[in-house]
Amino acid sequence: MVENQVPATIKNRLQVSCYDCHSNNTDYPWYSKIQPAAWFLEDHIQEGKDELNFNEWATYSDRRKNSKLRSIISQIEEDKMPLDSYTLIHKDAILSDEYKRMIIDYMTALKDSLE
Amino acid sequence: MKKVKRTLGMMALAATTVLTVSCKDVNKNEPAAPMSNEMHQESIDDKDDMAMNDNQDAKAEAILNDYFNLKDALVGDDNDKAKQLGATLASTLGSFDASSYSDSEQQELKDIMEDAIEHAEHISESDMAHQREHFKILSKDVTDMVAITGTEMKIYEQFCPMYNNNEGGAWLSMNEEIRNPYFGDKMLKCGKVQREIN
Ligand code: HEC
Repeated sequence: MVENQVPATIKNRLQVSCYDCHSNNTDYPWYSKIQPAAWFLEDHIQEGKDELNFNEWATYSDRRKNSKLRSIISQIEEDKMPLDSYTLIHKDAILSDEYKRMIIDYMTALKDSLE
Repeated sequence: MKKVKRTLGMMALAATTVLTVSCKDVNKNEPAAPMSNEMHQESIDDKDDMAMNDNQDAKAEAILNDYFNLKDALVGDDNDKAKQLGATLASTLGSFDASSYSDSEQQELKDIMEDAIEHAEHISESDMAHQREHFKILSKDVTDMVAITGTEMKIYEQFCPMYNNNEGGAWLSMNEEIRNPYFGDKMLKCGKVQREIN
């Protein structure tokens, strides 16, 4: 995703925790199974992708990457992402403290390299 | 369609990279941002273009005005007003016309506007803490814009080292006196002038 050599552990973590809403490869089956929530989640996927789409990362300007990295860091620090409504039904998407730190450190280093 | 968009994006990215490098070189030689105003005029020799250029600056001024209003709402801890003014600023940013600038400046301005619009839109729909987070990056965008467009206004770049757990936050103001948009009433006077523009 982000830059050429994203460590595999981080990449996998982002795929599990974020890609359903922030990439083009949404894992549709999971949510179509739970109909009542489907409309709600569909909306979230569109909204989430508008905010941040890992597949379009390469097309973002450095300035924009910088903003996005900043935003990712603060969303994870403040426990706002992944959305509660999602982790409720997708327990494996919950970020442990260890993963949080790992992702934050990585994103911070990436951000500093752009500045 | 998507593919086209992506390709264009990549090309844009490539262009920015080249550009960023050349801008940095310029910055090394030119100490203060407003200098870019002069650079600008050098490259434009015919009178019509000069007139267009003045228009441009008026546009940058409109953005600055909206930005200052937004900053004042944050200084006043006024969440609703900041939301409204964020929306106003987003639309002013959206109508910015960069066509009279050089290709490289246009690319840079396009990146700046794209980023700034996103922050202004977020400000129009967030709580105060989040508004302030976005305001910090927005302030950088506006500062970088001024470095290219120049302005007639006298502007102060101010900085408070305590914002966001001592990460610090800068902003622009028309008044020398400090009124902190990141803390509002909690710490109205945190900060100092770090640079004067014009
Ligand atoms: C269930 C879908 C969903 C998942 C999973 C998800 N997000 Fe989001 N994300 C959203 C939506 C919807 C928004 C836009 C609305 C909002 O901010 O709440 C968003 C917004 C964002 C933003 C922009 C926030 C801002 O206001 O600046 C970032 C950054 C972000 N997400 C990062 C992540 C990261 C990193 C992960 C994984 C750790 C993640 N998201 C997982 C749905 C999701």
